[in-house]
Amino acid sequence: MAHVEGQQHPIGIYLKIWALLFILSTASYLVDYFHFQGYLRWFLIITFMLMKAGLIVSVFMHMLWERLAMVYAILVPTLLLMVLLGIGALEADYTFFTRGVFFLRGLF
Amino acid sequence: MTQAIQTRPATPLPLPEGIQGIVADWSSDQRAFKNVPWGKAMMWIFLLSDTFIFSCFLISYMTVRMSTTEPWPNPSEVFGLTLLGRSVPLLLIAIMTFVLISSSGTMAMAVKFGYEKNKKMTFILLLCTAALGATFVGMQAFEWTKLIVHEGIRPWGNPLGAAQFGAAFFMITGFHGTHVSIGVIFLLIVATKVLRGDLDHERPGFLTGRKGKYEIVEIMGLYWHFVDLVWVFIFAVFYLW
Repeated sequence: MAHVEGQQHPIGIYLKIWALLFILSTASYLVDYFHFQGYLRWFLIITFMLMKAGLIVSVFMHMLWERLAMVYAILVPTLLLMVLLGIGALEADYTFFTRGVFFLRGLF
Repeated sequence: MTQAIQTRPATPLPLPEGIQGIVADWSSDQRAFKNVPWGKAMMWIFLLSDTFIFSCFLISYMTVRMSTTEPWPNPSEVFGLTLLGRSVPLLLIAIMTFVLISSSGTMAMAVKFGYEKNKKMTFILLLCTAALGATFVGMQAFEWTKLIVHEGIRPWGNPLGAAQFGAAFFMITGFHGTHVSIGVIFLLIVATKVLRGDLDHERPGFLTGRKGKYEIVEIMGLYWHFVDLVWVFIFAVFYLW
């Protein structure tokens, strides 16, 4: 078993991904440095974040070369977190709204 | 249709790809994660649970930040550094990001050299990874000191704005920093094993008694890359929001 196992890839791919991660990090830092605001800021931050995460998981963590049974076992449960994210956002909006209502009423 | 697949470790198996592969892997009365050392499969499952923990922190932070009526302290200014009389936003955090990414790079190469049974390179790269990790924790300690001592930020309140800032910051970065620290300790343990030749001679480990193999370098690597992965998300949603 030991003969066929293990992830063997040329070193170049790691160096290239490393360089790409540096570029993407610099790019996301520059978003803050140049004070981009609003939807443009959000779009850029989330895009760079997901690209970096994808590169790390697929190449550094070798997901690209794993069997699909393994990849799905890890990635599908992670997608469920989107539900929690949605619920959190809804709840936060509601809390913000009620706080607005009650704090304003306190003034009068 | 879906054939049952035998797993006799000595012979590589013809395995169906794609969706058929998933069905075949899970339905057959045998182990589901084929050609993967179980230590690695278990590390992945641990990392999945850790993903949920960090997601709970980050989503709670989002909820708290969206619902507060007080202004949130501007991370760009809070974490800025003054360099040559000029304040540079988020400088420390940017350096920490580059340090952690570099440690991930050296870790990935350590895994590669490990599978090539190149003892010396594996050891050196593992040591570099540990050193970069320790640097990261050191910079985080500096950051915490600056915030606690000079800015007066506490988990229950701060002079800059929304009281929840401190709680979210200390909880999220503290938990991440703990992960990095534990990772550094484990890196040093694995590096020692590599240097002593435990993996070449398949000596049993002190804790599990399992034979030493170079796959433990890859398993260690998975944990370390995960720590870097979490930082990617923290960097984006906590520092850049």
